[in-house]
Amino acid sequence: MSKKNSEYLINRRDNQYEVVIGLEVHAQVLSESKLFSTSSTKFGAEPNTQVSLVDAAFPGMLPVINEYCVKQAIKTGIGLNAKINKRSVFDRKNYFYADLPQGYQISQFKDPIVGEGKVILDMPKGQKEVGIERLHLEQDAGKSIHDLDPQNTFVDLNRSGVALMEIVSKPDLRSPDEVNAYIKKLRSIMRYLGTCDGNMQEGSLRADVNVSVRPKGSKEFGTRCEIKNVNSIKFMQMAIEYEANRQVDLIEEGKTIDQETRLFDTKKNETRSMRSKEDAHDYRYFPDPDLLPLEVSDKFIEELKNDIPELPDDKKKRFIEEFKLSPYEANILVSDIDTAKYFEEVVTKMGKNKDIKLAVNWITGELFAVLNSKGLEISQSPVSAKNFAILINLIKNGTISGKIAKTVFELMIDGDKDPQKIVEEKGLKQQSDPKALEALIDKIINDNREKAIEYKQGKEKLFGFFVGQAMKASGGKANPLLINEILKKKL
Amino acid sequence: MSDITKQSLTELVENIKNKKLSSTDVTKAFIDRSEKSEELNTYITNDFTSAIDKAKKFDQKPNLDLKLPGIPMAVKDLFCTKNIKTTAGSKILNNFIPTYESTVTENIWNEGAILLGKLNCDEFAMGSSNETSFFGNVQNPIDKNLVPGGSSGGSASAVAGQLTPITIGTDTGGSIRQPASFTGIVGLKPTYGSCSRYGIVAFASSLDQAGPMAQNVKDCALLHEVISSYDPKDSTSIDFKRNHFSKELTNNIKGKKIGIPKEYRVDGMPKEIEDLWKKGIQYIKDCGAETIDISLPNTSYALPTYYIVAPAEASSNLARYDGVKYGFRAKGENLIDMYEKTRSEGFGAEVQRRIMIGTYVLSSGYYDAYYLKAQKVRKLIKNDFDNVYKKVDAILTPSTPSSAFKIGEKTNDPVSMYLNDIFTVPVNLAGLPAISIPAGHDSNGYPLGLQIIGKAFDEQNILNIAYAMEEKINFKNKITDWWIK
Repeated sequence: MSKKNSEYLINRRDNQYEVVIGLEVHAQVLSESKLFSTSSTKFGAEPNTQVSLVDAAFPGMLPVINEYCVKQAIKTGIGLNAKINKRSVFDRKNYFYADLPQGYQISQFKDPIVGEGKVILDMPKGQKEVGIERLHLEQDAGKSIHDLDPQNTFVDLNRSGVALMEIVSKPDLRSPDEVNAYIKKLRSIMRYLGTCDGNMQEGSLRADVNVSVRPKGSKEFGTRCEIKNVNSIKFMQMAIEYEANRQVDLIEEGKTIDQETRLFDTKKNETRSMRSKEDAHDYRYFPDPDLLPLEVSDKFIEELKNDIPELPDDKKKRFIEEFKLSPYEANILVSDIDTAKYFEEVVTKMGKNKDIKLAVNWITGELFAVLNSKGLEISQSPVSAKNFAILINLIKNGTISGKIAKTVFELMIDGDKDPQKIVEEKGLKQQSDPKALEALIDKIINDNREKAIEYKQGKEKLFGFFVGQAMKASGGKANPLLINEILKKKL
Repeated sequence: MSDITKQSLTELVENIKNKKLSSTDVTKAFIDRSEKSEELNTYITNDFTSAIDKAKKFDQKPNLDLKLPGIPMAVKDLFCTKNIKTTAGSKILNNFIPTYESTVTENIWNEGAILLGKLNCDEFAMGSSNETSFFGNVQNPIDKNLVPGGSSGGSASAVAGQLTPITIGTDTGGSIRQPASFTGIVGLKPTYGSCSRYGIVAFASSLDQAGPMAQNVKDCALLHEVISSYDPKDSTSIDFKRNHFSKELTNNIKGKKIGIPKEYRVDGMPKEIEDLWKKGIQYIKDCGAETIDISLPNTSYALPTYYIVAPAEASSNLARYDGVKYGFRAKGENLIDMYEKTRSEGFGAEVQRRIMIGTYVLSSGYYDAYYLKAQKVRKLIKNDFDNVYKKVDAILTPSTPSSAFKIGEKTNDPVSMYLNDIFTVPVNLAGLPAISIPAGHDSNGYPLGLQIIGKAFDEQNILNIAYAMEEKINFKNKITDWWIK
């Protein structure tokens, strides 16, 4: 594998292969109730407690579209810079499975609610545009549980009928790293919009990964394989790496690649054939006669547009311009909406005389470290943005040194204490009174006359010794800048 | 009162309101006659005991402002009824007891009616003779071993045999009008979107409509007024201003223009049907209305179109009967085996035939040639009606190409069975309302019906025309009670 020019290529003998990847991301719509019923979508409830007669497909039950889910899909489409289709159609995708009560999934086939769009990825080499083919709404199926009983399969219909957005990318991705960036970007956009919580552990975001390979420079696509239902970025990357190498090996051996659906075995780290193209289901799509075509007006779309918050790309631009951040810093802050929110609140709370660079360093340094070690999200931060801002201001105005600030920060974590109070109660305020410091330094020079003479004779290393003594004598509270200044004068 | 069961709904309502009859009297009379009529095989499930309790309860505190005060009635077993077994005439739902009520029946109970039981029908409403029911043939009260038509055969037979004063059926391709015609009663198929489909076991969603069946037009109008309502639980329900059909009913149709479509003169149509139609035209004229020759050029494509669209939807609608959640389940080696056995044993031959047709016409490679083309033709058929409605107010046709046939006569010839629906299916494909009224007898004394097709949402108009014609026709059904020993 060559990382030259950060291009992801697979090498065999003298041949280089490019990997072509397209993703079908299934994102659960953030909504209280399901796509066509009023049942709750809450995660983690007891099996079959969130199932209506519609979800369980009782005779004579009919779907009724949830307007909120439609709005969520359109907002996501706007966030993906995509064309919103004013008329879309729900189709039935027919197949039999125990956790599919209707015997069909209501989805959108020919006329999806959202058409072509694009997202921008920030890659080390620069920006990369990834095309969006479409976004459509569909129902989730229930869950078959095979491992609770040796003889029987259990079915949990809590998820049956939950709204999903299937976001189909164009085959524009070329490496596992780009897939990583793409998924993170999609998740970031949807979390900004509040249309999907992006929680991969709970299955809110999963993807079918289409992989093909072709000789470097070739314009034609190779035969692709679809790896079904991968539920973490790491597994997607592993699956792509395995699958691309498998395909290259086949080509090198002079064999052909069969178009097929494969599964990724996370334990063995390999993909396995699930069904070939010949065995592919004939889903017999046709427009669902229980639902009328979905028509939305320009006004409806306009109102949703007005409701769109500042999205990561715009926020990043603004952070760079307004706060003079580097693109790197801005990226870190905007990629997660809660981080961006926290940062902006800190900036606001710092008031007029603020040091934004210092705040950024402290957020990405000390705060992230604490969150990491405690396994917390920034939204659960033990230190509020308000107190965090006060701490930064205490450093900025010289009340405490950076070193003391770390001590104060440690104390703040337990119960989100006010750093001002900690400084006062513990007497951690920096000594910046020149007279007091002069007296202190005079005493140190007096006590260490020989060393002072040695210093004057040229042993400049000893300067550090005097600084250390002064800090020690002040209990670490002396303003280091003043100490330096006074020592230079006195010595 | 021994003649209670001979009374029309309108008379019964009046007698209950005037306290000449109690709901208990009426309910008992219909139960008594129903119990003597087992040979007709109209009921799949009866609820007689609780019906009498409900009638007594009603009589203790009668609310006489209701439209159907204490009126007992049986309904087609395609309507889900809370805590009462609902089978759709199928083995696969033989043990199914809904926990919910269909909107249409809910509307009926809310107006004071009392459920007598669930009436036999073709399995999943697929049939034109009631012979596909898992629960056996229904006898036509007109004559022994005569089919009552279908799929609402039990409903038609129960009204004609006076086992229930009124009933409701469902009509996907003629399932109310054809049996009404075969049994000498009135049946209305409303505009698509007029009656909620919520809680009705689905056959073909884009065609299914519930509708009233009664002894006369006025009863039919009153029942339609009760069942037609906008229902947000059905996305295809339409919110439009609904008439007080029974109050606004008038026999004054002077000046109305009635279209006579030449395409309904089909090859091989019996002369008696032709004559009936001619008589119908004369009645129209006698009522002071005008007839106009019209053309609906795509009529001949309606039947093949219907037999693509309806099975396609049915093949998908019936996928839920898989033995997993409710209903009949056969034992299987594994999931697929269980599916195959459940559905092979649970569905009858006609249902399986239509599932196969539907699956075929939707499968990839055939979709464009069949389903898509059928949808296009469906649009053309609708356009035909839209065009003629620029110059006429309604259309008059025979209801069926023949009178009722003998049980077993067409069982082995599905195509000849399907031809029964030739005059009724175009109406479902176009989503229009139509009513069948009894208008004469054939040489055997079997009833023959005429169909009046209206503009969308114009039920009042076809009810009025039917009402005016009914007066002129003065039809008398020949019920001999042959089945009562």
